[in-house]
Amino acid sequence: MDLAVEVENLTKRFGDFVAVNEVSFSVAEGEVFGFLGPNGSGKSTTIRILCGLLSPSSGHARVAGLDVWRDAERIRQRIGYMPQFFSLYDDLTVAENIEFYAGLYQVPPALALARQSELAEVLELGPVLDRLARTLSTGWRQRLALATSILHRPPLLFLDEPTSGVDPLTRRLFWEVIGDLAHEGITVFVTTHVMDEAEHCTRLAMMHYGRLIAEGTPEEMRTEHVQTMVEVQAHPIWPVLQALEKAPEVVEVALFGDAVHAELRCDLNDAEARVERKLQTAGVAYERVVAVTPSMEDVFVSLARRWERPTAAGADR
Amino acid sequence: MSRLRALLRKETRQMRRDPVLLRMMLIAPIMQLFLLGYAATNDVKNVPVALYDADRSTDSRLLAELIGHNHYFHLIATPDDPRALERLLLAGKAQLGVYIPHSFHRDRLRNATPTVGLYADGTDSNTAGVAVAYMLGLLGEQGLRWQLQQARAAGVGTSGVPQLLPEPRVWYNPELKSSHFMVPGVLGMILMTLALNTAALSIVREREGGTLEQLMVTPLLPRELILGKLLPLVVLSYVEMLLVLAVALGWFRVPLEGSVPLLLLMSLMFLVSALGQGLLVSAFARTQQEAQLTSFLLLTPSMLLSGFMFPIQNMPRVIQWLTYAIPFRYYLEIIRGVFLRGAGIEVLWPQTAALTGISLLLIALGVLSFRKHL
Repeated sequence: MDLAVEVENLTKRFGDFVAVNEVSFSVAEGEVFGFLGPNGSGKSTTIRILCGLLSPSSGHARVAGLDVWRDAERIRQRIGYMPQFFSLYDDLTVAENIEFYAGLYQVPPALALARQSELAEVLELGPVLDRLARTLSTGWRQRLALATSILHRPPLLFLDEPTSGVDPLTRRLFWEVIGDLAHEGITVFVTTHVMDEAEHCTRLAMMHYGRLIAEGTPEEMRTEHVQTMVEVQAHPIWPVLQALEKAPEVVEVALFGDAVHAELRCDLNDAEARVERKLQTAGVAYERVVAVTPSMEDVFVSLARRWERPTAAGADR
Repeated sequence: MSRLRALLRKETRQMRRDPVLLRMMLIAPIMQLFLLGYAATNDVKNVPVALYDADRSTDSRLLAELIGHNHYFHLIATPDDPRALERLLLAGKAQLGVYIPHSFHRDRLRNATPTVGLYADGTDSNTAGVAVAYMLGLLGEQGLRWQLQQARAAGVGTSGVPQLLPEPRVWYNPELKSSHFMVPGVLGMILMTLALNTAALSIVREREGGTLEQLMVTPLLPRELILGKLLPLVVLSYVEMLLVLAVALGWFRVPLEGSVPLLLLMSLMFLVSALGQGLLVSAFARTQQEAQLTSFLLLTPSMLLSGFMFPIQNMPRVIQWLTYAIPFRYYLEIIRGVFLRGAGIEVLWPQTAALTGISLLLIALGVLSFRKHL
């Protein structure tokens, strides 16, 4: 399979600050590549480099085999980009924004109209086509932004947090559309900090403090990085958290909804018993201890904490 | 081409929906011309004069009357005390003080040389110089009249004395109306200020609003972006130019003697040069505030060094060289030449060539220096 994106030892510095630190990964054509990480982890900077908007400080990045910096202009027509913040014109209507971008990508007018009605159908933009973008709420603006970024049918689409600030219905719609695009053979490179959304991707990379800390399919991410996970339900929950934090066999403890998730350094079959024993010795009341499959959020918390330590110890400096 | 067309359509739509911009561009300049056309004048008239008459003779009263009736002067006070005269000058109430000593009438009749003291407030050196010259003319004329009167009375003929008789003819602005000189310059200044400021905001507004980021990932070329931003502004400011020109001709009655096609074409070039400077500012500024400050820094030397405020020939040589880089300098020479002197391309070709060259250079610089990244 051909590579849509290749990144080798990519680094981006802003003065003393290293936003992207020696990152390497690749994305095959047709993948839905999820780029995960908290705010400020270097996701947007990486996307901007891949779109030719920022120069790499060192390392290489190629899109469709072309260098993203030197051949930036040759890449433009082949990519679509939806920035993290709404970047269309407030004082134009939805249809006018679409028309403008169709013109910039030289989509013939008849085809542009056909695509506009097709996208209006898929993204349910029909009723707002003649409204000024200024008057739209976030969810509708994001739909418009997605529509303009795929108007010219780019083989590679960059979506920077497309679902941030949108309601669950729009969120579901977005992932449906992303799935449809992938089905048509479009490579989708999507960032998010909502870990559950990662399940929609064919492959994931996780960023933290500018570094790539893990990579793999959602399945691999869940199984390879976190071995044993138990969920404890209790009222109150706080004493459980405190008791488990001190336990030597516990790697990570974190609140998960109204329960506690604890990652353990032991085999799955006696994990529940160990935790129960631990809590009984500590004299902490609990309702239930069950082994669970780690969620993507568990994986992220676990990986992030593991990577925080050397950084905090000054290993990065 | 279709990309440029898309950008032009988008810019036009946004312009039509921006009532502030339209008001700024179409109404403000006309009001400014009305205001500045009257205010910007070098005419010296109604100079406030205070007169102390120690003589109280028919002669001194005649001088006071002459001053009082002259439209260059306005006799504001005739104090009884020479120190009051000084106080009026110090307070800035009078710009010129006239002191007639008590021996004036007697000296004149005795054929001695009568003296009149003249004190000028030199704070505003220009006006003081002109006012003193007018006063010298007025007093000298009366002195000559008295001289001839006395010579005739004494039976001495004047025919034997050779006299120099200059015959001044003022061309191009025979009434020496400074509004005819200033209004074309004010017109240029208003057009330049608005064009530069509007263009300076055009790109940076998109940068600040984030829309430029989306624009930069498209295949839009820098030349298409610059032209797409420039052309709608050229049309808008050209309409503005025609309106302001109509006021200059219709209201201020500035004579338009020379080549109208040259005036219209060079006004276009001048607008392009101001818009080009603005676009350059806009391409590099990170915030609208920065763009506004930068355009302000460009406008000040344009006004001070173009010859609009001070004659270029009075400037030190080094600064005179600097003025060659200022498009407004050439436009001023063209517009003043065309309006008043009736000049055309046959004498204004160096200015025409320079202005055209600078305008095209500025646009080329904008196209070449614009970078499609953050």
